[in-house]
Amino acid sequence: MMQKMYDWVDERLNITPMWRDLADHEVPEHVNPAHHFSAFVYCFGGLTFFITVIQILSGMFLTMYYVPDIINAYESVKYLQNEVAFGSIVRAMHHWGASLVIVMMFLHTLRVFFTGAYKKPRELNWVVGVLIFFVMLGLGFTGYLLPWDNTAYFATKVGLQIADSVPFIGPYAKMLLTGGEIVGAQTLTRFFAIHVFFLPAGLFALLAAHFVMIRSQGISGPL
Amino acid sequence: MAKQDKDATFVGDSRVSAKRIPNISPSYSDFPGKTEPFWPNFLLKEWMVAAVCLVGFLILTVSHPSPLTDKANPNDTSFLPLPDWYFLFLYQLLKYPWAAGDWVVIGIIGIPGIAFGALMLAPWLDTGKERRPSKRPVATGLMLTALVAIFYLTWTANDQANHLKHKSGGEGGGGTPPAAAAPAPADSSFKADAVWKAQASCMGCHGGNMEGGMGPNLQKIGSELDATQIADIIKNGKGQMPPGLIKDDAEIQKLAEYLASLK
Repeated sequence: MMQKMYDWVDERLNITPMWRDLADHEVPEHVNPAHHFSAFVYCFGGLTFFITVIQILSGMFLTMYYVPDIINAYESVKYLQNEVAFGSIVRAMHHWGASLVIVMMFLHTLRVFFTGAYKKPRELNWVVGVLIFFVMLGLGFTGYLLPWDNTAYFATKVGLQIADSVPFIGPYAKMLLTGGEIVGAQTLTRFFAIHVFFLPAGLFALLAAHFVMIRSQGISGPL
Repeated sequence: MAKQDKDATFVGDSRVSAKRIPNISPSYSDFPGKTEPFWPNFLLKEWMVAAVCLVGFLILTVSHPSPLTDKANPNDTSFLPLPDWYFLFLYQLLKYPWAAGDWVVIGIIGIPGIAFGALMLAPWLDTGKERRPSKRPVATGLMLTALVAIFYLTWTANDQANHLKHKSGGEGGGGTPPAAAAPAPADSSFKADAVWKAQASCMGCHGGNMEGGMGPNLQKIGSELDATQIADIIKNGKGQMPPGLIKDDAEIQKLAEYLASLK
């Protein structure tokens, strides 16, 4: 039955080559922890992606309850945390996952750096990876404000003050992010939009580029 | 469009070739060592690693609910502002006098700009063929130095924040700060002396009438600290407060004596 359905689709769209390309790329021995335990350092990239997927899924569920305005934001998070079934777990996954994704990405960056995997011909993938790092930091910064509690508010205030003191572009960047003179209603909606639409869009594009490049170049050889 | 083989046949009027490719995995015996296919062999192992991590992660989420402090209150002067932990090292950098005040450009653009710029351009800065860390000592050394610096700065920032929280009796990270955090509630009728009004660098954090802001309320500071202690704090800083905001010793003495007289 499944085979018949597959053949039916395959006849019309020729999906086998795509599927074989995905399934058959070879995993060399030196990156396989089953053969060399020390190769676990090669897992960090995959784990970063895994936690990113957790972040995307838990974030999607959080937006079902979250209300991005200064009157209701805090109340909606509190409701989610205390009243909604498993709400505190979903929120905790998103909260701790945000830290964990930074940690994993940091370890992945170090692995790539110390194995010299960024060298020719993989320069472009390294640059894309560093850009992903910056996007993740941006996601962390904008997401931190959303619960609209004191921790969030003052952290953002400090962050924006620091942005403000950057020469020339600082005041403009701060104005763009706050949307006014103070950290207030405009700031919250802007951070929400950036956190939920702008940065994820950038992240998906960069991740796609990252993976396409890995697939076309293959993983770097043993040291 | 690519040139089509004249004999090629297609499915209907589409561009999909009528020729089928068998859906079977090729032999991996030609590959060096113990190379294996991604699907399903390696993905299964990868998933096992991920599952172990997922279990650990879920235990963390269940045992440590994410914190939620009181609703944002811009007027809460006792709250210790602190960025998320992975920004602490950048934040701590700005506390050093050589990277703050007049030199803030160094702390904000100079050092982070060079560090992250070098990270981004690493493939063009380290162009040698050698990949082993021990064979490229400059790259390895610089990265290790950066790591030590990041760990040190994060640790120091956290340490100072904990110290400050402990001192004030409150906890900036969560919960309601106890009354001890705000020893003197702001007195709106309090008017600061000209000695205070002359110090723009103090008013920025402690307020035009010492009612507090980023820094604590100082309207009754004399009941807690004497002039020598106050002068020491002005000179050397304390917690969030950067040292050396006032350079002139006589001025520090004048200000410290005035503050100590407030009871």
